[in-house]
Amino acid sequence: MNNAAMTSRPAEEETMQRPTDWKSPEMVARIRKRYRSEKLFRTMGLVALTFAGAFLAFLLFTMVRNGLPGFEATEVRLNVAYTEQSLGVSAADVKGPNGLETLRNADYGLLAGDALAAKLGIADPNEIMRAERMVSQATSTILRDHLLANPSLFGKTVPVWVPAASDFDMLRKGNIRRDAPEGVRRISDDMLAYFEKLEASGDVRTAFNTRFFTSADSRDPELASVWGATVGSLLTLFVTLLISFPIGVLTAVYLEEFAPKNRITDFIEVNINNLAAVPSIIFGLLGLAVFLGTFGMPRSAPLVGGLTLALMTLPTIVIASRVAIRAVPPSIRDAARGIGASPLQVVFHHVVPLSMPGILTGTIIGMARALGETAPLLMIGMRAFIVDVPRSLEDPATVLPVQVFLWSDSIERGFVEKTSAAILVLLVFLMLMNGLAIYLRQKFERRW
Amino acid sequence: MPLSALVLLLLGLATIGFLVSRGRAAQFQADFRAVHSRPNYHGWFSFIWVFLPAALLVVAWSLFAPSYIGPSVINSLPAEVQPEPGIARQMFLNEVRSLAEGTSDYAFSPGAEEAAAQYKAIATRANWVVAALAGALALLGFFYAFTRVKPQFRARTRVERFMMGLLIIASIVAIMTTLGIVFSLLFESLRFFDKVSPIEFLFGTHWSPQQAIRADQVGSSGAFGAVPLFWGTAFITIIAMAVAVPIGLLSAIYLTQYASSRFRKWMKPILEILAGVPTVVYGYFAALTVAPLVRQFGYAIGLSDPSSESALAAGLVMGVMIIPFMSSLSDDAITAVPSAMKDGSLALGATPSETIRKVLIPAALPGIVGGFLLAVSRAIGETMIVVMAAGLAANMTANPFQSVTTVTTQIVALLTGDQEFDSAKTLSAFALGLVLFLVTLALNVYALRVVKKYREAYE
Repeated sequence: MNNAAMTSRPAEEETMQRPTDWKSPEMVARIRKRYRSEKLFRTMGLVALTFAGAFLAFLLFTMVRNGLPGFEATEVRLNVAYTEQSLGVSAADVKGPNGLETLRNADYGLLAGDALAAKLGIADPNEIMRAERMVSQATSTILRDHLLANPSLFGKTVPVWVPAASDFDMLRKGNIRRDAPEGVRRISDDMLAYFEKLEASGDVRTAFNTRFFTSADSRDPELASVWGATVGSLLTLFVTLLISFPIGVLTAVYLEEFAPKNRITDFIEVNINNLAAVPSIIFGLLGLAVFLGTFGMPRSAPLVGGLTLALMTLPTIVIASRVAIRAVPPSIRDAARGIGASPLQVVFHHVVPLSMPGILTGTIIGMARALGETAPLLMIGMRAFIVDVPRSLEDPATVLPVQVFLWSDSIERGFVEKTSAAILVLLVFLMLMNGLAIYLRQKFERRW
Repeated sequence: MPLSALVLLLLGLATIGFLVSRGRAAQFQADFRAVHSRPNYHGWFSFIWVFLPAALLVVAWSLFAPSYIGPSVINSLPAEVQPEPGIARQMFLNEVRSLAEGTSDYAFSPGAEEAAAQYKAIATRANWVVAALAGALALLGFFYAFTRVKPQFRARTRVERFMMGLLIIASIVAIMTTLGIVFSLLFESLRFFDKVSPIEFLFGTHWSPQQAIRADQVGSSGAFGAVPLFWGTAFITIIAMAVAVPIGLLSAIYLTQYASSRFRKWMKPILEILAGVPTVVYGYFAALTVAPLVRQFGYAIGLSDPSSESALAAGLVMGVMIIPFMSSLSDDAITAVPSAMKDGSLALGATPSETIRKVLIPAALPGIVGGFLLAVSRAIGETMIVVMAAGLAANMTANPFQSVTTVTTQIVALLTGDQEFDSAKTLSAFALGLVLFLVTLALNVYALRVVKKYREAYE
């Protein structure tokens, strides 16, 4: 080592004596090389960012392209005859005191077939049954609900738009190709001919899919709806907010303003920071073992989902609230103390209101994350197929991301667009929440 | 009366108590020299005394009720229809409860309908008793508080002491959560290790939990060697980090060192959106779009049978998910380096990229490594992407076009669908959860410590 330094010294002195010739070819080449590597490095950074941006664009584009058709539904017009013989009831009963009850128990199974038979000019019962597959399986229920809502239609023949079966919905949207050979296409040639006949006579339309936003979930893609899951998500988030917001703010207040510097406080801090990084599925296991196992709470309920997510969001809220509270300058506290406020009055009358924008921003971001969370809710059984829209915190329910997961598992082609459409709904909710957080931050944030 | 209605009623009573006490206190406020507390504090003092004891009673009852009502319903039945103690009795009671609460309306067991009627009667009677008791407690609390509404009474001190207690309790929730996680995982895992030896679980190379549910095979459970799962998790994590680390780091460097402030203003929200996309969306995207592309690519490079659920697809998408995380942590680490170091290097004639490579990154390395470890912990614990895109086959393969399975995928697979709670199959999910928790905990604790130490070094 010593030796090497000794021998290198004369060489160094030599270079110092001779000034660098920047114009020499070696130096020019060297500088060019350095600049080239500079440019390369810079481009690599740009490429990395472009990749991230392009991926996001590709993802959003795919979801929008797949999902937008899901907001539209193909409907078929049926000229439904709500008559005595087609419903199998007598007019006297319907006019009687239990008229609605009679209509409710009437037989609606033949209405669609009759209407289609008349329209397409077929008489063979087997052919009628096949033609009936062009409309949704739930057509009879839909017609019943329609008549019950308008009992005055009894005895009349009225046009009713009913959803087409999923395969024909796909056909209309171009997802099933008409020119494909019959064996490959899911729809046989004669059925296709029927459908095209209906299309030619203007009895098929593409309309906004209100059902997707209003009814409960269904196994049939053409009837599936996100409404139940949306309600489930709202109920779950309500519980999460109710629990995690007060506890989170109180914890942050305690840690920032009152906690003595000791081991226990340190332990709480380390705990909170770690909980923020624990995988979400672990919270699901906790919910399963403690809330369902030990406390015996109802499975699949928004109450349990909300509690589980509350524990998960708590660290986010605590950390954000602590930052916000820390940003309030000490002069505010001193001034309040100076005019005789008690320590708690200082905090709750001055510090907390001043840090509220920051706290709320953190809370909304935490809620947005809870809204997109799937894994812990799978653990506590919020993945069951639920036909009813949940009405209370203890009803079985599902939430939007779990609905996405469930639909994505489904093999039917019609669910592809429904899944993407549900994703779009979820993303819109998330964007609204994040937009609100950004608005709050920009409008109310104060720099001291 | 349902629990929630009772609590609402108590809240109403407490509000009345608040208003009455506050009104009384407001009367002696005129002579403020002798008054200790503002009227609001007298009001809150009453509120607490009306609400808290009664609410505690109601909550205690709701926890205790099942263990009281159940046995008394059984005892009220004639001896010949009383079910055997144990699981049969438990199931019978569950059925009776759902009948009584109207969630099911068909009785399967003999005697269930009579029992449901009994259940309803007993529950109603008990609820009324509890409601009456709670009302009495609320009233007592109110009188206690109201008699103390006097000018010299230190209501503020009392209320603030209560608030302090509330603050401390709130802070303890975080500790309770951690303890809850540790104990629930540990407890169920110990039950699992009663059935399967920890050695076999940690070092066995064959994973097929499905056989375990065959009831006739007492003692011979399925294979619970979790090494294939650990490998699958590690493999996908490696792929994900291979995507996320270079891209995340380069993005952070570009954003902090090169980008104009206008470009940054546009790019940061894009990264934030990428971070905010729910994992289930990434999972769907991986399964629907990326996996087929990867498969086609596999065919294109001449593989005979690339799997439709490949480690590569899941890893790639997971990597993209982690880019913003990696980028923002590297961003923090790089901006924390004192600018004197950067300026010194630039002043010596180094190009910006040389400064970044030879000065900034070495100086920020501890912070970057900390961020890297946090990102690894995130990749290991990520669930939905692998559930939807990685598959369930427990392969030990280093071929990224094959499907592998991960710890989180198996936890989901084991705990969803029909199962009995005590089987080794179900319990193994908790053992996997315990391993996952311990590994991520170790990574997090170490990473947070590194990041903290690093920050202190430059402060």
